[in-house]
Amino acid sequence: MGEVLRVEGVAKRFGPVTALRNVDLHLEHGEVLGLLGDNGAGKSTLIKILSGYYKPDAGAIYLDGEPVEISSVVHARSLGIDTVYQDLALVDELSVFHNVFLNREILHPIPLLNNRAMRRRAAEAINDIGVDIPSVKVPVARLSGGQRQAIAIARSVHSDARILLLDEPLAAMGVREGALVLDLIRRLRESGDVSIVMILHNYVHVFQACDRVNLLNDGEIVLDKPTAESSVEELTEIVVKEFRNGRRHAGS
Amino acid sequence: MAPETADPAAAPEAAAAGSVAEAAPPTKAARAVELALGRRELSIAVVTIALYVYFLNTVVDFASTENLQTLGTFIAATAIIAAGQVFLMISGEIDLSVGQVFALTAFVMYYLDDAGVPLMLAVVLSLVGASLIGLVNGLITTVIGVSSFITTLGAFFFLNGLTLTISNGRPVATPGGETFTNIFGGGAYSGILWAIGITLALQLVLMRTRWGLHTFAVGGNLLGSREAGIRVRWVKTRNFMLASTLAGFAGILEAVRITSTDPLAGGSGIMFAAIASAVIGGTLLAGGSGTVIGAFLGACVLGILRDGFTLQGVSAFTFDLILGIAILVAMVVDIYVTRLRHRGGRGET
Repeated sequence: MGEVLRVEGVAKRFGPVTALRNVDLHLEHGEVLGLLGDNGAGKSTLIKILSGYYKPDAGAIYLDGEPVEISSVVHARSLGIDTVYQDLALVDELSVFHNVFLNREILHPIPLLNNRAMRRRAAEAINDIGVDIPSVKVPVARLSGGQRQAIAIARSVHSDARILLLDEPLAAMGVREGALVLDLIRRLRESGDVSIVMILHNYVHVFQACDRVNLLNDGEIVLDKPTAESSVEELTEIVVKEFRNGRRHAGS
Repeated sequence: MAPETADPAAAPEAAAAGSVAEAAPPTKAARAVELALGRRELSIAVVTIALYVYFLNTVVDFASTENLQTLGTFIAATAIIAAGQVFLMISGEIDLSVGQVFALTAFVMYYLDDAGVPLMLAVVLSLVGASLIGLVNGLITTVIGVSSFITTLGAFFFLNGLTLTISNGRPVATPGGETFTNIFGGGAYSGILWAIGITLALQLVLMRTRWGLHTFAVGGNLLGSREAGIRVRWVKTRNFMLASTLAGFAGILEAVRITSTDPLAGGSGIMFAAIASAVIGGTLLAGGSGTVIGAFLGACVLGILRDGFTLQGVSAFTFDLILGIAILVAMVVDIYVTRLRHRGGRGET
């Protein structure tokens, strides 16, 4: 089905700090791409550029081969790029269905919230991705970490996102909770409707859920390999080597 | 976890409250308990009614038409200002300058009328002016990033000085013919009817529109709301404008009611009363939670206390003493109830 997203030579500085030096990246249709890298390697900056939160200083982004300039979060969404951030952007005080429809609420012909329609469709969306929660009416505060992550992902999928950006979807999660989210990502992959870039910390998760892995170090992609042709050992070795290199650069 | 054992005392309450409940928990008694704990307005309504009944039995003529009108005037302005403050507080901000907007707006109306502007147009223009004060407060807070406490503290002094300057510190007679006066605060129940109408309308806005939902979202998770693409600055600024406009409107109603436009009207007294009403009614200072109806009931509690104590001959000094204790007790009980609620029942807003 070909390439859905291509990033060429993207760079981003924050004052004296260079977050991204020169990033090239591509994403195939229906693929799950794992993005690895140390703290400060630029993973979150890259995700935030793709989601319209930051504008890059240099470089180009192509969607389905067409160059695009992503001007805002809302614009990114209208292009079919949706992001699930680490903090999930869920509002604890609001119910699950209000969270699923946050900022894309269904309204009656008069500008009043159509809660019934939102409840029904949120329940469908959550059912579709096979996640079990007590009710869409409960406040999000009452759900577990894995359920919350699932709600956040359901929200993106439901909004017809073609490209899903997940910022550490398994952070601070127990084994069982993590398995729930990994299952969900596998199901999404099988559905073939959505292509996913996700930031991960745990190498084992990369091999459990991703088709391909990119390693980001010091603002550049230093490795791009299908997971089938790599291993945890190889990744570890490269990271250690890169880290030493980085040290040497910093030291000289 | 709803308690399994049915409390016989709660049963009749359950029957009465049944139609309000949306979900269908196991038993009627459990539902009543959940409702009492989960719905802040209900507990504050009980307090309001209890206070009313208490004064009804201890004060002669508490239920007289005259006293009901007095009670209405005690409640109306505070409740109207509190309604706007609720929106602002839910979105995580506060406006300390509402008491000064209250005084200034009535003066702006007076001067516009004096300059030959038709009175109705003067009302509208002075309210637009009030909303612009809110706009400035909102922009300084959300764009520059000064905390709203400081922004509106500055506005508090600035507007007070402005009102005193343009009025030379002297009250003037409020303009207006009979019909105008009757509608805008002078009629027997005019103020309280405006307050009820505004409360109901804004409760609808809060619970059933995007504006309301985003107000909760911004106060509950600012960063998350921004990431969801909500224009958080605009949501907050709009709430500043609402709070200011309502304060100005309350100021006009009061000026018309007492037929005199006083540069010292309102002030910190009515501002604190409005914030106290909102807090007593269950609005969190920290944002993310609150209701307009709760704030209205909070204003009723304050109004009934003030009216009842006045009729009982309790001095103004003692009144503040008791009011202070009442607010603290209400808040301590609230924290206790909130803990209970989190342990058990539903934690809906």
